[in-house]
Parts: sequence; structure tokens; C-alpha cells
Amino acid sequence: MADGAAPVLDVRGLKTVFRTRGGEVHAVNSVSFHLDPGELLGVVGESGSGKSVTMMSLIGLLPSPPADVREGQVFLDGRDLLKISADELRDVRGAKIGFVFQDPMTSLNPVFTVGNQIMEPLVRHMGLTKKQARTRAAELLALVGIPDAEKRLDAYPHQFSGGMRQRVMIAIALACDPDVLIADEPTTALDVTIQAQILELVKGLRQKLGMAIVWITHDLGVIAGIADRVMVMYGGQVVEQAPVKELFANPRHPYTRALLKTIPSLTGERESRLQVIEGQPPILSGAPTACPFRARCAHAFDRCSAENPLRRAVDGKPVGRGHDVACHWDPEAAHA
Amino acid sequence: MLDARPTTSGTAKPTKALVQVRDLKMYFPIHTGLLRRHTGDVKAVDGITFDINEGETLGLVGESGCGKSTVGRALLRLYEPTAGSVVIGGVDVASLDAEALRKTRPQMQMVFQDPQASLNPRMSLADIIGEPLTEHTDWDSARKLARIYELMDAVGLNRRFANRFPHEFSGGQRQRIGIARALALKPRFIVCDEPIAALDVSIQAQVVNLLEDLQEEFGLTYLFISHDLSMVRHIADRVAVMYLGRIAELSSRDDLYARPLHPYAEALLSAVPEPDPNLSRSKERIILQGDVPSPANPPKGCNFCTRCPRVMPICREVKPDLAEVEPGRMVACHLYTEINPNVAGRTGPAEVKEPTNKETVK
Repeated sequence: MADGAAPVLDVRGLKTVFRTRGGEVHAVNSVSFHLDPGELLGVVGESGSGKSVTMMSLIGLLPSPPADVREGQVFLDGRDLLKISADELRDVRGAKIGFVFQDPMTSLNPVFTVGNQIMEPLVRHMGLTKKQARTRAAELLALVGIPDAEKRLDAYPHQFSGGMRQRVMIAIALACDPDVLIADEPTTALDVTIQAQILELVKGLRQKLGMAIVWITHDLGVIAGIADRVMVMYGGQVVEQAPVKELFANPRHPYTRALLKTIPSLTGERESRLQVIEGQPPILSGAPTACPFRARCAHAFDRCSAENPLRRAVDGKPVGRGHDVACHWDPEAAHA
Repeated sequence: MLDARPTTSGTAKPTKALVQVRDLKMYFPIHTGLLRRHTGDVKAVDGITFDINEGETLGLVGESGCGKSTVGRALLRLYEPTAGSVVIGGVDVASLDAEALRKTRPQMQMVFQDPQASLNPRMSLADIIGEPLTEHTDWDSARKLARIYELMDAVGLNRRFANRFPHEFSGGQRQRIGIARALALKPRFIVCDEPIAALDVSIQAQVVNLLEDLQEEFGLTYLFISHDLSMVRHIADRVAVMYLGRIAELSSRDDLYARPLHPYAEALLSAVPEPDPNLSRSKERIILQGDVPSPANPPKGCNFCTRCPRVMPICREVKPDLAEVEPGRMVACHLYTEINPNVAGRTGPAEVKEPTNKETVK
């Protein structure tokens, strides 16, 4: 998290639009963020907030049409990923950026052995021979905590449990020693005790390998446990961004505040009634001209429907480096 | 809000049990080979016993595959239970014939997990909510429509939506439709099978608050099945923790969350990530090793013995019974039963100490 170190990944003003029969859906709207070496950035948001689409836009995983990555720059290693050719991008995926998806069943190919699937990127991107790749694959399986790794290479995905499959997915993502690992809700489909295992594994791997991680989730509990920094997304935009302790201790955006209150606690005071965020998430048709949260916001005023708020720093540091929020409302002024 | 309800006063004074489940078993047969011979059973629910008091919410928690949804379905006889009895409002639902069962259906209803899959996409909202009325009453259409509107008001759906179809609604609204349908016949008992699992965090709270309001208004009794332990802490009065087809612990909410007794309940609670960075980084976690064994081939003895951090030799031999180890707290674990080392097979509730009790557990 050291300030000043060049970020491994730098995303600026990313804008992704889906062209549908009902018009354009602005799924990602001017999203900017960076990822420092060795850092774990948590991305929180509800379904439809644009968190997955943002990450898939970065590495060209969205089918086009309907998706159109319209604006923005994505710097990795000094290159803009949105400008390079499809072949070059394929080398970046897998070799430079590893991806772990939510559902470990559908993201593994059921007709190939697990070993085969781990070896594929090794042969493709690292130019290893089959034999070398197999040795490396066994190492990787052992690294992610699968016992009897050498033998398990010849097993098929259906012979693994959900938690084990997610370990295999992590092994594949780590195969080429990527600089960046993007994990899209990697533990959402798993039970809590298995989730705890995977979180421990990732913490251990970070210490061992030191890669930077983007962790997408809707679970604030998971984020609280593993992230260094958190980015909250709503309606295709970044609404708040801060170091993890700062965000939980001092949330600024009304959405973040409400979100933290809607989760019942496991240990704290038990509220007799849950706080709710009334209404529904927005439908992102048309270019945004107003704050996406205004209809559900307790603090909304005239300016919120007239002007989409830009991210502004709340602690004097540059936007993205400290604590920033995209909101017209000022809690301090309101209290005064 | 729960405390304001007159019918229950937590666990301090047990009120009348509306639902009594005794030694319920639900096995799904496995047929293999060319002749499809019956070669074994998936013991989804393997002998569970509990009561749900009138007006109470019993939380049923556990990981996927532990049999919690099967319990809910077997209770309403959406499955034919293999053994055991389920008495709801004085009637043994498990042994009723088809016609008698149909007559008792109005008092027990279900809210399903996936509001997308449990609503017929070709039926309008009014048809969906009105179907139970058509099935179980001889009301004319005006009376039915009045009831449908009443239900839509109760769950917070605008009356104008009556002729719309499920795809026009969001997940949270669809779940409201499912709840309105369950309420149509004025049931006393509702099984809520993961009613919020498919919803976004900000919508979950809306649905949970609605369920609580309805409980207060209509005096409903809930079985609330969920894997979300913090939400169960919010809504339930008592909580049963299931593991591999059996109840590991059944305690009042406050007791369980303050001090879980069964090692599995303890591990499960410690695995829940807390939305507090200071707490979640300092908390000592119990990380269970391995996966849940197959319910087709559960381990001998205690079914948690393969992963239990406090396993003892006896656990691999003898299945512990669910016994009251403290007032109002039922635990199935050898740690809390007095074991006579000479009679390794003997187990029983802590209070039962007569030497004549030589009963060994199968």
C-alpha cells in the first residue's frame, strides 16, 4: 500500500455500455482505480452495480456486441490493454492477470482432467514442455492445499467438492505467476466453513507470492477480513473508496452507511428491527445525468437529480489515494 | 419486536408446541447396476426430533447438503418421510392419507428460496396468489379478488400490479408474491426455505422485516431455514444447527450465539466473517479441515468425528444422542455426556445416571 510505488494496474475513466433492443445500458460509468503491488483491493456492490462488468471489460472478456468498452485506459506494465490486439490481450490474460470466477463448477471444463487444465496455460504462455508443465501443475495443486496432488492431476472436476474445485481454479489462475489476480465472488457459492478455508489459503498465498489481488464480493464481512482498501460500487459507478478500516469506521456515502447498517451482526447488539434501504437498485438506461442512488437516498436534495456527483477527496489526499466519495451531501455540514 | 409478541416469551416459559417432530428420517434410495437394485440410501435426514412453539421462529441452520431443506419439505410432506412423526396442530401429517392431507394443507405453507423458479411465468400475479383460494375454497371471484388485494396490501405490493406477470418484478418483489401466496389460506405454520438467499443485501432486510411484521400481525409460526447465521440470529427465537442429517445443537438464540456448545456449532459461528475489520482480524478462527462426508456413507459414530477438532476415541464408535445438557439447551456431543469408561457404549443425557440404564446406542 506504499504511496508513491507505481501501481501494477491503473484504470482510468472506464466506460462500458451494453447495446440492447431497449436502448443503451450504461453498466460501467467512468470507473477509475489503481492497484498497488501486493495490495488487496476489495470491490463491494450489489448485483447490477457493475463490479463484474468492470473487471471483465479490463481484459476483454465481454462479448461485443452487445458490450462496448467505449472509453477509458487500462495500464498494465505501461501498456494500455484497451489498445492492444486480441492476440496480445490473450497473452496478458493468463500470464499477467489471473481470473477466478464465482462458480467453480461451470468454469472448469468437465471433459478434461484437472491436470490438463492447469497445464494448458503453462504450455501456452510459459512455453513449458508437457513434462515440465505436469511437474509445475503438481506443485501448484500442492500450493493451494490439495492433498496427494500428483495423483489428483488425473482426476476430473466432478470428482472434486466445491471448495476443492475453487482451489483448482486458484491454481489455474496462479499458474503463470501473474502480477494481478482478479477474483470475482470466489467464495459466494461456498459454505461458510469452506469459505473460511479459502480465505485462509488466499491470505497465505499473498504472503508467499506477493501478487496484487482484486476481490469482488457483496459480502462486507469477507471484505473486512481480507482487504487493504475498499471500493464501493453502485449503479455502475464508484461511490466511495477508502482504506478498509477507514471505510468501516467512517463511511461517508449514504449508500455505504445504509449498507453497513442493513447487515445484522453476529456478536454485537441485536436490533429489534433491521434497517432497510427502501426501493430497488436503478436501471442504468441512458447516460447518467444524476446520482444513481438519489431515489433511495435519505439525504437527497435538488442538486442530486441535477448533477451526477464526481468523486472528491475527504481527507486531503488525491482521489484514489486516500478516502474519497462521490456525493453532494456533506455529513459534517448536516450535523452542524 | 419479537419481544412484544404476547404468545411467546422466548425460551423462559415454553408455550404450547404447534409442531412436534419425532425421530424424523428421510432416506433417498440409491439404485445401481443393470437391475437397478437398491444398494443403499442417502440419509438426508437421519432421526431428528424437535418442537416449534406457537408463534415462535425456529431457525434451522447448516451448510449445503446437511438436510435442512429436506427437513422443511418432509415436514409439509412434500416428501414422503421414511420414518418418524410430524404433528402439526395435533394432526400427524406424516401418516395422513391423500384427502385428509389435502384438507390440512391450508394451515401449513411454504416460502421457497428461488422466487424465479417457484412462480409460474405464465400466470398473472392475481392468479398466482389466488390459486390456493381456487383450490381450497368455493369463493366466488369477487370475494377471491378482495382477498387477493388484501394479501397484496399485507406484503406491500401495489394493487395495480395484479395483472402483471412474474418477470416484470424484481427479486425482492417476487419473494413478496411468494409470501402472499403462502398467506392466502391463513396458515398457522410457514416453512421459509432460504427465503432471502437469492436476494441482494439491501433487499434481504426488507423481506426479513416483512416476515416479522406478518408474524406479529397473523400470529404465525415459522421454521426459518437459512445458511446465513447473522440473519438467523436476527429473526429466530431458537436455533437448531444441523450437520449431515442430524441436529448437533438446539438452543435458544442468545445462548447459542453467546456460547455455542457443540464443536460444530462453534466452528460454524467462528467461520462467519464479521463486517468489522478490527474484530475480524483479531478473531481466533476455527478452520475445519476437509469437507462434509457423503450422507450416503456417513462416518461411524458421531457424524462430525472426521472434522471435529476435539474428537475423542468414543466419537468414532458411538453415535451421541441429542440430550439436554443445560436447561433449554440440547446438544448431541460426547463432550457433554457423562461417559463411564468401563461401559464405552453407554451414553445418555447428563441427568440420567441410574446404573440400570445399560442401553447402548446402535
